[in-house]
Amino acid sequence: MGSVGAKDVPVLLTPDGRRIDGRKLDELRPIRIRAGVSHQADGSAFVEWGANKVMAAVYGPREVHPRHLQQNNKAVIQCKYNMAAFSVDERKRPGLDRRSQEISKVIGEAFDSVIFTEEFPRTSIDVYIEVLQANAGTRCAGLVAASVALADAGIPMVDLLPAVAVGKVAGAIALDLKKEEDNFGEADLPMALVPQSGRLVLLQMEGHMTEEELGQALDLGVRGCRDIYEVMKAALRERYAVGAPGGAA
Amino acid sequence: MSGEVTAEILTSHILDLASSGKRLDGRTADEYRPISVEPGFVVTADGSALAHIGDTAVLSGIKLEPGKPFPDTPNAGVLTTNAELVPLSSPMFEPGPPQPGAIEVSRVVDRAIRAAETIDLTRLCVTPGEKSWVCYTDIHVLDHGGNLIDAALLAAVTALLHATVPAKRFGIAEADYALEVGHVPIECTFVRLGDTIVVDPTVDEERAGQGRLTVATDEAGRVVAMQKGLVGAFSPDDVKDVVRRAFRHGERMRAIARGTGR
Amino acid sequence: MSRGHRPGHRRRGREGQPSPPHGDRILVLPGEEIPGEGLRPGTGTYRVGGKVYASVLGLLQRRPPFVQVVPLSGRYVPKPGDVVVGVVTDVQTTFWLLDIGAPRWAPLHMTGTPWPVEIGETGKFLRVGDSVLVQVESLEATGRIGVTMQGERLGKLDGGTLARVSPARVARVVGRDGSMIDTITRLTGAQVVVGQNGRVWVNGDPEAIRRVSAVLRMIEEHGQRSGLTGRVESYLLATSPIADREDDGGSAPRPPSPPIPSDLPSPEPEDEEFDDDTGSIGPDGP
Repeated sequence: MGSVGAKDVPVLLTPDGRRIDGRKLDELRPIRIRAGVSHQADGSAFVEWGANKVMAAVYGPREVHPRHLQQNNKAVIQCKYNMAAFSVDERKRPGLDRRSQEISKVIGEAFDSVIFTEEFPRTSIDVYIEVLQANAGTRCAGLVAASVALADAGIPMVDLLPAVAVGKVAGAIALDLKKEEDNFGEADLPMALVPQSGRLVLLQMEGHMTEEELGQALDLGVRGCRDIYEVMKAALRERYAVGAPGGAA
Repeated sequence: MSGEVTAEILTSHILDLASSGKRLDGRTADEYRPISVEPGFVVTADGSALAHIGDTAVLSGIKLEPGKPFPDTPNAGVLTTNAELVPLSSPMFEPGPPQPGAIEVSRVVDRAIRAAETIDLTRLCVTPGEKSWVCYTDIHVLDHGGNLIDAALLAAVTALLHATVPAKRFGIAEADYALEVGHVPIECTFVRLGDTIVVDPTVDEERAGQGRLTVATDEAGRVVAMQKGLVGAFSPDDVKDVVRRAFRHGERMRAIARGTGR
Repeated sequence: MSRGHRPGHRRRGREGQPSPPHGDRILVLPGEEIPGEGLRPGTGTYRVGGKVYASVLGLLQRRPPFVQVVPLSGRYVPKPGDVVVGVVTDVQTTFWLLDIGAPRWAPLHMTGTPWPVEIGETGKFLRVGDSVLVQVESLEATGRIGVTMQGERLGKLDGGTLARVSPARVARVVGRDGSMIDTITRLTGAQVVVGQNGRVWVNGDPEAIRRVSAVLRMIEEHGQRSGLTGRVESYLLATSPIADREDDGGSAPRPPSPPIPSDLPSPEPEDEEFDDDTGSIGPDGP
């Protein structure tokens, strides 16, 4: 991962269990979500999570383009995760790359697992995620932004999809890695949870951990997701505050 | 295009209003929507700015990296401008390789920056013939409410005005330093609606428009780029009138980019 | 799991107990459980293992044993009988495709018009970009939306212009028994046709159209607040180009004010017109 000039491994964990930014092992970075930020999209959201800035927008359900992707019994979910050229330390060449395509695919499938797609046959629900500033965990930040955008777009679904990455840093299982921890850590395990069912619809892993550590990581991730779930709901409640004067969108 | 069709009666109404100098959103023919810039929006960039013109939002980020100068200009750095009209920003945009519309935005913005000599490329030379800075200006549209070109250049020049050359990070100098910026070009875009030429068109006005004209000016009193777009025509007198208006708006928007006006 | 309703409303319907008052507007989000036993899930909800959850963001409506969630956002969901404003997006030999703001374009067949259309002559009657007032006739499992132009008031819309509000705001634009729309037309002199899909046709002089558009924007932005009819009325009185109106003599026009003063709580009680179009509930719908 391109971090120019960083030669030495920083101290990732102090003896008293503090991380590089002073967080505890089970602590999330600050997260702020705003729903309804676009004037063009059917639904949208902006997420600032640690030093990540991610915007998501949803269009649809609408007519399918290109037409051959149309499915006769359900809506297709077309997800595009994209990083702005200036979102990372070393400029990213614009356009499709294998990493973005893989992330788009797994995020799209995660949403396909919770959206009631059968209500909209032969249509497309287009989910666009733009990473504007990246600092590890962008797929989770993008997924969270997109989930809030989907709710904002009135799309029927089983639940919102909170997501977070758990990793292994200096031998310890830690929640929500930031860039240095991701670069020099031993493992990264992003996941997305359906709070209603308690099941995971996105799960990837890079690096290595023991069976015991993995179990610990899953438990920690689920707890993190539940905290993020509350922030997502608060953002939507803020946008759609009803009854209270001054609380309208 | 995802089959967005504008109602003919909306277009007629826009043209009707314009014939008496009025617009759908209550503006006069020579009035911009509210304009604002937010420099430093993205910390991973060496310079950045989010520009808003009405509902339109465009983010620009600058990246400077050491590279090789072109053989025919061994003493100069390299300037690259790229615009992404991502499908997130409009129901009209599709995923995939840059469409002609995106390429037009990047090229019109690029021409203004070059002609105004915003960046003195010789100052970007590190070792003649071997090493020079490549200055990437990337433009990312976030919300397309019309008049992308003006917002794109405004975001780009604001980002350049606030950019830092990461010389220390790349081991080229002891410390990073501010990017030197010369003239600041501003682009003003107009569309023809019947006999009226309005500035800063919305999406609906662009669709109703019978020709679009963009004029870039700098503070040295020069016209530094022009682009006529869309279907339609302008008379030489129209062009002269538009240029005069572009200078006046340009002055105000330049102050906004510099953070000295609103 | 947290729940999207306030404490004190967990009571389940006793015999004959009226449903919560209209003012009690409870926002629910996808995945939130709707408490209660033996609930029958309506639109905007789903049931798993005997429990009912919201599937969309919207307002909870309970008429025990039925529950449904009325969406606050999203595209227009067509219902047979709805009168909607459409824009022609494509002309085929025997039909036109209409954008009615729904997930799919709706075909209008040439036999569904009041005109004697011959095969291949559809383009003589309607062209791309034309606006029409049609009625939703049928919804097929394929997602196909059938519309007709045969019926009173239906037809091509000439002149005027099109404005938009979110489909979730249509009930407010119309108002209880048409009270809001009556106020708007009375105080502007404009002709206004509100499609159930949130497309609004406005006809009249340019100034009247401008004022109607301003009111539609007010409703779009502040439609969740109470006292809307009063605010709209005072805005329209304040912006009237004519000094004295048909309003009874004595009352002078109220002083001009911005459409919605920002932070002040409304002096008026909760609006009653809120759930006009959302009042019916249950699997069979209206």
